[in-house]
Amino acid sequence: METYSFLRELADSWVLLALTLFFLGTIVWAFRPGSRETHRETADIPFRNDTLPCDKGCPDCACKSAPKFDLEA
Amino acid sequence: MSNYLKLVALGLVVFIAALAANWGRDLAYQVHAILIMLVAAGMFVWVLRQTDSPQPTIDTSGYMDGVIRAGVIATGFWGVVGFLVGVVIAFQLAFPVLNLDWAQPYANFGRLRPLHTSAVIFAFGGNALIMSSFYIVQRTCGARLWGGNLAWFVFWGYNLFIVLAATGYLLGATQSKEYAEPEWYVDIWLTVVWVAFLAVYLGTIFTRKERHIYVANWFLLSFIVTVAMLHIVNNISIPVSIWGSKSVQVFAGVQDAMTQWWYGHNAVGFFLTAGFLGMMYYFVPKQAGRPVFSYKLSIIHFWALIFLYIWAGPHHLHYTALPDWASTLGMVFSIILWMPSWGGMINGLMTLQGAWDKLRTDPIIRMMVISLAFYGMSTFEGPMMSIRAVNSLSHYTDWTIGHVHSGALGWNGMITFGALYFLTPKLWGRAQMYSMSAINWHFWLATIGIVLYASSMWVTGIMEGLMWREVDAQGFLVNSFADTVSAKFPMYVVRGLGGVMYLAGALIMAWNMWMTIRGGETVTAPVGVPAE
Repeated sequence: METYSFLRELADSWVLLALTLFFLGTIVWAFRPGSRETHRETADIPFRNDTLPCDKGCPDCACKSAPKFDLEA
Repeated sequence: MSNYLKLVALGLVVFIAALAANWGRDLAYQVHAILIMLVAAGMFVWVLRQTDSPQPTIDTSGYMDGVIRAGVIATGFWGVVGFLVGVVIAFQLAFPVLNLDWAQPYANFGRLRPLHTSAVIFAFGGNALIMSSFYIVQRTCGARLWGGNLAWFVFWGYNLFIVLAATGYLLGATQSKEYAEPEWYVDIWLTVVWVAFLAVYLGTIFTRKERHIYVANWFLLSFIVTVAMLHIVNNISIPVSIWGSKSVQVFAGVQDAMTQWWYGHNAVGFFLTAGFLGMMYYFVPKQAGRPVFSYKLSIIHFWALIFLYIWAGPHHLHYTALPDWASTLGMVFSIILWMPSWGGMINGLMTLQGAWDKLRTDPIIRMMVISLAFYGMSTFEGPMMSIRAVNSLSHYTDWTIGHVHSGALGWNGMITFGALYFLTPKLWGRAQMYSMSAINWHFWLATIGIVLYASSMWVTGIMEGLMWREVDAQGFLVNSFADTVSAKFPMYVVRGLGGVMYLAGALIMAWNMWMTIRGGETVTAPVGVPAE
């Protein structure tokens, strides 16, 4: 079979199916159980990280230490 | 040691550029060679003066904002230049005598038009995207830009690309692909700069302190990756000579047309849409002081947009040699695309839920909201125009020009103005812009300017489409092409006035930015800490 015909048939069969399933999968994944908390926390990212002064020598400055992730908050 | 290597490399660049200036086969190539020679020679002297002297240590405890400050200034500057050239060519269409005899061939419409499109899309829009992606990726990752001075290379390299492209158009170097006019060596340079941009961006994401990658970064990353792919595929060409600017495309005929509009429409989709949506998903929540309306919707918006946009290009080639199935495919995907576009618009607008009162008090929010409104309007108009029957009326008419400008002036321009008004006080340590009432003036001048522009183009476009297809009882065409041109004159004047108003608003913004910057002090923003 010609390369063109082979690729053309592959594209409108298996690849089309794979891409469609991937796309539907992203939507299902967005609605997975427990995503609400994660999304709420992620949506707040723009409101962190720009106001906190950290190199002013405050005694318990945490910014140089290992980052903490606490999603249960 | 590295300085000696730099000196050797820069010396070689100066030498080769001098050879190229001498052997160059056309004017544009020779001017570019001289330009590169001067830039490299200047850098040579600069590196030489720093060699073997103690280097000042760079404070890396804060965000890297210097390059963003430069980007803010470049965005404002190129915006004014691009709008000014747009006003000039708008009046050249209304009054052809403005194609001044003494300035031929450099300042005729044919050469100034790509200068205008590239100046507004790539210089104004591109600088806005690069500087705001540098700003956003640092703040949403809680990490300093990766790669040190590589970010400065991206800034200066990109602006060198702009200068090479713009001077090339005026001197007659173009490969005649719309929105991809620069010739082969400028394309190669942009590829190098773009890879550096991707490296800085990805490096910062890899070193992030937040666990999740905020949605704005998804949009901005898809913009960077897809533009790289589009740029490389659409610019596959073979130079006639390494000492000349002329090149020959590898694709020919309908394959070339399809590649060009696959590029062209995805330049709209990923440069002017995905990239600016990344700005929207950061700056609108920030300015409103509220998180985005629905984070789930933003994820679906993202995946739907990138899955659909890439197929929409063939709608530019209805009734051409392109097979019908391909243009039908493009049309269908363009129509489906309406849904995620409006999903994104609703997501942005509803972010103001509970804060709608800010529309009355905050002119920056007003700018962002009108920008989303224009995003909604042009993403409805676009799918409608992609329908084959509508396209048979609208194609080749000024309706298309009106559509592009309602998207570009309304959506891209307004969201960029909002971002500039947001960033300028923050980056120069001021509480707010120098004059809030000047922002108001800018808002109204720009909005009325767009309304004049879009409505005159609707009228003239539909009129001209109807005149072209009008036949008498015997089946002869009623109008000659020149009849449509003279009938369009009043609308061309109105369009030019709309452009003047838009330009006046941008000049007010430039003055306002100047006053804000001059009055403030530079502050270093600290690197943030992640979520508690």
